[in-house]
Amino acid sequence: MAQIELDHIDRIFRLGDSEVHALRDVTLRIEAGEYVSVMGPSGSGKSTLLNLLGLLDRPNAGAYRLEGRDVTTLSPDEQATVRSARIGFVFQSFHLVPRLSAAENIGLPLVLAGVPAAERAPRVTQALDDFGLEGRAHHRPDELSGGQRQRVAIARATIMRPAMLLADEPTGNLDRATGHEVTALLEALNAAGTTLIVVTHDPAMGERARRRILMEDGAIRQDLRAAAAAPESPGSGSTAPPP
Amino acid sequence: MTPADTLRFATRAATAWPLRTALMMLAMSIGVAAVVVLTALGDGARRYVVNEFSALGASLLIVLPGRTETGGVNAGSFVSSTPRELTNADAAALLRLSLVQRVAPLAVGNAEIAVGGRLREATVVGTSADFLELRGLRIGQGSFLPREDFNRASAVAVIGDTLRSELFPGQGAVGRMIRVGDTRLRVIGVLAPSGRGLGMTTDELVLVPVATAQAMFDTSGLFRIFVEARGREALPGAQRQVEERLRARRDGELDFTVITQDAVLGTFDRILGALTLGVAGIAAISLAVAGILVMNVMLVAVTQRTAEIGLLKALGARAGTIRAAFLAEAALLSVAGALAGFALGHAGAWGVRLAFPELPAWPPDWAVVAALATALGTGVLFGVLPARRAARLDAVQALSKR
Repeated sequence: MAQIELDHIDRIFRLGDSEVHALRDVTLRIEAGEYVSVMGPSGSGKSTLLNLLGLLDRPNAGAYRLEGRDVTTLSPDEQATVRSARIGFVFQSFHLVPRLSAAENIGLPLVLAGVPAAERAPRVTQALDDFGLEGRAHHRPDELSGGQRQRVAIARATIMRPAMLLADEPTGNLDRATGHEVTALLEALNAAGTTLIVVTHDPAMGERARRRILMEDGAIRQDLRAAAAAPESPGSGSTAPPP
Repeated sequence: MTPADTLRFATRAATAWPLRTALMMLAMSIGVAAVVVLTALGDGARRYVVNEFSALGASLLIVLPGRTETGGVNAGSFVSSTPRELTNADAAALLRLSLVQRVAPLAVGNAEIAVGGRLREATVVGTSADFLELRGLRIGQGSFLPREDFNRASAVAVIGDTLRSELFPGQGAVGRMIRVGDTRLRVIGVLAPSGRGLGMTTDELVLVPVATAQAMFDTSGLFRIFVEARGREALPGAQRQVEERLRARRDGELDFTVITQDAVLGTFDRILGALTLGVAGIAAISLAVAGILVMNVMLVAVTQRTAEIGLLKALGARAGTIRAAFLAEAALLSVAGALAGFALGHAGAWGVRLAFPELPAWPPDWAVVAALATALGTGVLFGVLPARRAARLDAVQALSKR
């Protein structure tokens, strides 16, 4: 059983009279611990795929099983619980709450999950240490550099120890050097066992992934796996139809 | 999210936009302050009137000639004649009742007062020795009317302090003679200056024995009989006794009216109480307006923080959590505004008391509680719609908004 199993997913948006097929018949398996990049031109459906994987969006047709459990039929609150415990998001524009300090932004998922304050403090401190933000705990986002902001965002995404990390253009708003730094950070988290799925326009970043998915017009055109790193059994990473 | 965290989150959101929060609080506080100050004024007026009446004596019965019919028109209405007048004998009879302590008959008229060359118009009150205690008056010089039979027309008078200073400027009045109408009277006492008393001041009165006044105005009837019961508790019993005795004295006919101080007081109390309530209602409109303002502010907040709401959803916040956070923020704004208004209103009431010391302008407790509850209620009520809107936002669209 793969960690992520998508079967014949369709996602259709209605814009006035016309229908836009953001995803058509997407079938995909992703194993735990994989490093996947999703590339493709604008409007190819890669962001929609990411939102779907993150349970922020529902498919019009098809089935999504996360860790063996059908999550498309869950209620919104049950999906929220799954997001809280299993999924971490990293955004291009960081999405930090401007009025909260770095430490408070990192602790936000714990607060939302109802973790008591006494238990939160050591975990946030640990996260600040892990991401090199020791001296920045009480700085607000507008007092941080771009790289620091994205590190705060990654610390926040991982504080609940999710099974998968979904990153949408994580380096899109960063300069080259900082972008490399953030990429290295994400790859380190992947190396520690977290599934990493990155949506990007940047070929340099996309090339780094062990598995590269190319999307076009809402469908998967290409699913390449780098020869160097393929711990999974053959076939599990392909777009083969379900048994 | 734990309740403490929800509250902290809402507090941080409220303090993040100080100007918005301050304006919101101002609107809410003006509403609450208006209720507090206006009810303080209304209730102050009520208490003022009640106090004024209480100065007359709490265990007072007033007997009036004639009967105020409230039963509508009946056969008797067309044949009944002028009521018999109340007489000194009636008053004397009341004095013998067990629950009655003091009786003061009252005959009132206007007369010209002359001392030497000075002339003055004054109200002449014919009464008895008990009047002094009954009205809570004090004697300044000399003595009050002698205790004697109601029918005895002694040629004595007690005058008010203003009259004394006008008729006898710079000299003693006691023992001097004055002419009231056609009657020559000896001044035996001067009332201490009072200035108090509803409608009429005792400073300009001439008090004479009731029979003297009746002779002066050529009448045998009385304007009123003041009866004081033996204490407040004895009032209903005394009223019954007075009614029975007077009825017996006039062949079973009830052609007089006995009113109590309490009845008059109660009427004023009700009228001014209703007035206060009405004023509070008008002030409460401003609270409703403030409530709508809370809604507007919160709707703007939801729009302003759309991306943040999307983020909270992505981080695993349930719809209920987001709803609670925004409701808490609305409630917080309302409570802070209400408390500020509470302080503002009390400061205003204090200012009113400072400007008008005789007016006990304290806001009644019910008004304060109602104002605070309405403020909180409208704040939360009008916070529901924005909170629901926030919770219903589509996460994907919310996140894509910058």
